[in-house]
Amino acid sequence: MNGAEITQLFDYLFMVMLLFIGLAVIRLQNLFAVVMLTGVYSLIAAAWFVSLSAADVAITEAAVGAGISTVLLLAAMLLTSGEAKPTTAFRHWAALVVMTAAGAAVFYALGDLPVYGAADSPANTGVGMEYIARTPEEINIPNVVTAVLASYRGFDTMGEVFVVFAAGVGVALLLNLSGRGKRGEDN
Amino acid sequence: MNPYVVLRVVSKLLIPLIFLFGFYVHFHGEYSPGGGFSAGVVLGVGVILYALIFGMDAARKAVPPWWARIGMALGALIFAGVGFVSLFMGGNFLNYTVLDPNQTYLGQHIGIVAVEFGVLTSVTAVIIAIFYAFAGRERSDDTAED
Repeated sequence: MNGAEITQLFDYLFMVMLLFIGLAVIRLQNLFAVVMLTGVYSLIAAAWFVSLSAADVAITEAAVGAGISTVLLLAAMLLTSGEAKPTTAFRHWAALVVMTAAGAAVFYALGDLPVYGAADSPANTGVGMEYIARTPEEINIPNVVTAVLASYRGFDTMGEVFVVFAAGVGVALLLNLSGRGKRGEDN
Repeated sequence: MNPYVVLRVVSKLLIPLIFLFGFYVHFHGEYSPGGGFSAGVVLGVGVILYALIFGMDAARKAVPPWWARIGMALGALIFAGVGFVSLFMGGNFLNYTVLDPNQTYLGQHIGIVAVEFGVLTSVTAVIIAIFYAFAGRERSDDTAED
């Protein structure tokens, strides 16, 4: 068994764990347990990203998914009740129909996807190869991801920063930014 | 007084390391996985951990909310500012090569470091601001109805 097969085995293991955590999140009514399990979900997803050699995404997923969203969801949960209301049977059936349709569509599209790690997949040919070839001579930094994010796709990254800024302003306008919970009461 | 002595002692050791790791992820972003987004998130997590263990008042003293308020806009302004500087120095918007008069790699390096610093500032500030906004609130049934 060589290294590639072992990491692929880990990929499957992580996917199965994610599936079972997802099922547990659906079944549980206690919101505290659900929030904790979503944190675990993010942590396993981060481990999976490491196994897929996407360390940039893994760092962010571990910090955002397992750290910040868990804390924010807990803070939000403290403002409401600790138990979810039981869902009606109609909504269960509606969700089942929608999920079955979406799942069937995904499986229908599966045949057109390139094989896992294939050398001739669109991601490994075309513009990606061009960035890898041009970064050493044009930008001269070892991390191609940074070169693409900050320089070649700088305009997109600027848009992302503006989206982050807009999210911050949105939260500041909805909840107040001083965080004292007082200003909202007198209007 | 917070009774969780172990938590307080361990977090006092860990929080500086978290910040150090955040800055490492940021400044080493040209050589290893990382960069402004991941580093900003890690720094934000450090502040949130401090607030969780030592209380909101201590955190507000260490990182005042107005820092977060200004940092959000400042980061976006730094990023767009680099674009405008390169525009006024004769290049395209966000074309960093013109930042160096000799048009070598140095311009690209200056530009990348500058925009990544903008990303770091914005992301850290937004995360802290959102956390302060959420954590400072009380239950809605405790407060007066509108």
